[in-house]
Order: sequence, then C-alpha cells, then structure tokens
Amino acid sequence: MKLIGEKGVTKVLMITAFSAISILLLIALFIINEGLPFIFKYGAGNFLLSSDWQPHLNKFGIYPMIVASIWVTLGAMIVGAPLGVAGALFLSEYVPRTIMRIVKPTIELLAAIPSVVYGFIGVMVLAPLIRKNFGGPGLSLLAASIILGVMILPTVISISIDSILAVPQSYREGSLALGATTWQTIHMVTIKASKSGIIASIILGLGRAIGETMAVIMVAGNSVNIPHSPLDSVRTLTANIALEMSYATGMHRQALFATGVVLLIVIIILNSIASVAIRKRISKR
Amino acid sequence: MRIPPKYTQKGAIALLGGATLLTLAILIFIIVFILEKGLPVLSFNFLFKNPEDMGRAGGIFPTLIGTIILPLLAIIIATPLGIFTSVYLSEYTKETRATKIIRFGTDCLAGIPSIIFGLFGYIFFVITLEMGWSILSGGLTLAVMILPTIIRTSEEAIRAVPKSYREVSFSLGATGWQTVKKVILPNALPGIVTGIMLSIGRAIGETAAVIFTAGSSLRLPGSILDSTRTMAVHFYILAREGISAENAYGTAAALIIAVLFVNLSAYWLMHRFISKRS
Repeated sequence: MKLIGEKGVTKVLMITAFSAISILLLIALFIINEGLPFIFKYGAGNFLLSSDWQPHLNKFGIYPMIVASIWVTLGAMIVGAPLGVAGALFLSEYVPRTIMRIVKPTIELLAAIPSVVYGFIGVMVLAPLIRKNFGGPGLSLLAASIILGVMILPTVISISIDSILAVPQSYREGSLALGATTWQTIHMVTIKASKSGIIASIILGLGRAIGETMAVIMVAGNSVNIPHSPLDSVRTLTANIALEMSYATGMHRQALFATGVVLLIVIIILNSIASVAIRKRISKR
Repeated sequence: MRIPPKYTQKGAIALLGGATLLTLAILIFIIVFILEKGLPVLSFNFLFKNPEDMGRAGGIFPTLIGTIILPLLAIIIATPLGIFTSVYLSEYTKETRATKIIRFGTDCLAGIPSIIFGLFGYIFFVITLEMGWSILSGGLTLAVMILPTIIRTSEEAIRAVPKSYREVSFSLGATGWQTVKKVILPNALPGIVTGIMLSIGRAIGETAAVIFTAGSSLRLPGSILDSTRTMAVHFYILAREGISAENAYGTAAALIIAVLFVNLSAYWLMHRFISKRS
C-alpha cells in the first residue's frame, strides 16, 4: 500500500517537473507560430535588413531597431560592466566578509526596483541633465545606456562576487606569500581564475539589457532611425513591440511577434553562452 | 616606467571602492528621490479613494487591489508547481539527461524578458483561451514568469537540508515522500518562503507582462475575469501620458515601499534561516 503511494508520488512529481518545462516550449511555440509565417511571407532579408518601418503601408523593416538594440546594449555594458566588476572585486577582496554580507544584498535591492521607476528617474533626472550639458532631445541612446547600465549592476555584481569567492583561498595565499600586493593578486591571480564567471555575469547582464522594455520606452525617445550619435533618439526591438502591440492587428501584429522571435533567439543564445561559461567554471573545480 | 606596487594598490582601492560607493549612492538616490517627492502625496485618502478623471485626481484604490490580487493569484498557481518540481529535481532523480533538460529549461525561462511573457500571455491566455484582458490572464502570465525563481530558490533550500536528516528519517522506516513531507519541506520552508517573497516583489513591480494580459481598466474588478490595473501600470500610464506628475510620484512611492517591504522581509527571513543553520 505504502509502495503504491510512493510510486504515484514519484509520477506526480515527475509530471509536474516536465510540465514546468513544457511551458517554455509553449511560449516558444506560440510566439514562433505567430511570428515565423510572417518572416517567411515577408522575407527574412526584407524584415531584418530594411530600414523602412511603416506599418500603415505594410512596410516592416526592423533594421533600425536591431541597430538601436545593439547600441543600447553595448552602451549598457560600457556603463555597467566596469562599474559592476569593480564593485564585485572591492566587496570580495578588500572588504571584510561581514560588511560584504550586508552590502551585497543591499546592492541586490537595485534589482527589486521596478523598471518603470528606473524609466521615470531617467525622464525626470537624467534626460534633462543630458539635454542641458550635451544638447539634443535628452531622451536618447545615451540616457537609455546609462539607465540600463545601472539596471544590470546587480546581475553583474552578484554573479561576479559568487565566482570570485569560488577561487580557492590557497591561490591568493600563494600570491601574497610571494610578496604581491592585494591588487597584484587580484589582477594577476583572482581575475584570471574567475574569468569565466565574470564573463558569464556580463553576458547575463547583456541579456537583461536587451530584453528590458518599460525603462527603455520611457528614456530612449522611440523614434525609428539609425542613430548617428549617442544623443539621438532611438527605438529598440522591445520598445517597438510594446509601443505598437496595443493597437496592432493583422500583418502588423504578426510583424511584432516576428520581432519577438528575433528577440527570443538572441536571448536564448546569450543565456546558453552564459550557462556554458558558468558550467565550465564548476567542472574545472 | 613602472608604477610602484604601493601606488597601484592605493589607486586600485580608490577606484574599486569608488565604484562600490557610486553603486550604493545610485540606489540611495533613487529611493530618496521617489520617497521625497511621493511621500507628501501618500495619505490614507490617496490609497483608499477611487481615482477621478483618469487618475488626475482622487486616489489609487483599484490599483492597490490589482497589485494585491495579481501577484497573489500568480503565487497560488506557481508555488505548488515550483515546489513539486524542485522536490523532484533534488530528491527523486540523479543527474540524468532529463534533469539536465529541466534545468536548462528553467535557466532559459529565467532569462526570458518580460515583454516576451507579455506577448505569450496575450496570444495564449487572452486570445487563444479566450480569457480576455483579465485578472486570470495576468495572474497566469505572472505565474509562468516567476516559476523559475521559485524552482531555483526552493531547490537550493532543499539541498541545504543536511543529509543526516534524511538518513535518520529513512532509518526509521519512512518512505521517500514521508521524508519529504515531514523532514525536508519543514526544514527548507524559510528558504522556500524567501523565494516566494522575492517572486512577489518581482510580480508587484512588473509592467510589460501585465499591461498586455490584465489590461489597464481603472474600475474595481468584480470577478477574476475582469480587467484590472496594477500600481506599476498606473504609474507608467500617469508618467508616460503626463496625466499627473503629483499622483505619479505618490503611486511610485507606494510602489517602492511595497517592493522594498517585500524584499527586506525576504532578506530578514533568509538571514534568520542562515544563522539558524550555522
């Protein structure tokens, strides 16, 4: 009697576990099903490489949005990666563990702040600053990059700290025993040993930046054009979906789902690279 | 010419420490900025009165209800699914191809941006299953979105339960499920609850996935099939359409306070959990 119950439980748990994963398939399936036929019908080349986005004329070229997404994400990396890695190194190598254990969760609160609040701060504080000091409309590629750079900080810092702490203490002791300073130990030993984890943290940050929507809509300005300067207003892939989804129908809606397909593919590639990098670190130990 | 190590060491401390301080300063600035402008607007009336004139005047009561009910529904759906999955992953299987697939799946799910969840929820729940813009569609979409967080934190909490606990239970003749129910889950509970709290925090602040699935109706919902508007969506609409800066600040302050409260409670719980363990 007991054994039958036990087998039943195992089955139920297994089914639950697989249904959790089938949700992922369901998501991919429904988005692809809605978007992919459009890509075939319209032509992948036309869709990805044309700069003509005029839904009312049935022209759906997302090239400017692709370029904007790449620039905004790179910008976020330029702002967020050095700041985040520096913070992670300081907290894990220079600061006593007790302080690190308080500061790390505090910084992780940055991830808890809703993206609309980031967008709002961008509009109220950052955009006017940019407008006053550099000219242009303020709501721009630069503003989006800075806001996204801050938004990826908790991801970069938290995962970098984990991978830096995973470096065996004996490595550091060996280096310090040879007379190296803490900084020499960091850049000659610790960074090298935790490289793949730090890179993974940055890639995960990139994934977060490229997928961010609400904050970007609020600060990037949203005009469809290929940016020539950081002060130009841009529209990213995610912003394009969210801005037009509420009123799109027919082919226009399919084009937005196709944009979602492009986004989904990019994100899954980025996350796979990151998870390979993290796993490499674990298997090396 | 090489810079002497003494100076690079000092330079590094200044630079790395500066970066850390800057990060903390940004966090403090955001919170203080919103609270400073928003707290004067927040009042009992603001929270519990109905909005008037699209939110230009009056309070935010319906959005307060929306903000409570949507994450609640999401948690009710996602928690059993997430806990069962994590129990299966940590107690019922060895590392096989199947668990690797499940793990890869949850990792992927965790990285998907919320706008994709919004698109999915719209086409699947709202259109295909004909639930319309409703609390149900929004809650289900949020449930899918927070599932990976719950699976991951529950799994960690379950793995942190010492092996000896399981051995004692088994040696007393308990079955696997009895051990899970009587020994493992009670001991992992604080960790699991922490994961749930963090998920609630995320669900409260979510906008992109909610606006396309739960809609943005400002009326008080009468049933689970009615559209609703959360504080996050209300704040977004007030700010973006320039309806009322004052009420936008007030809503933002309520939102920040709710999110911080939920997250700090989660940390407090985790801290108690860890200090009990060691």
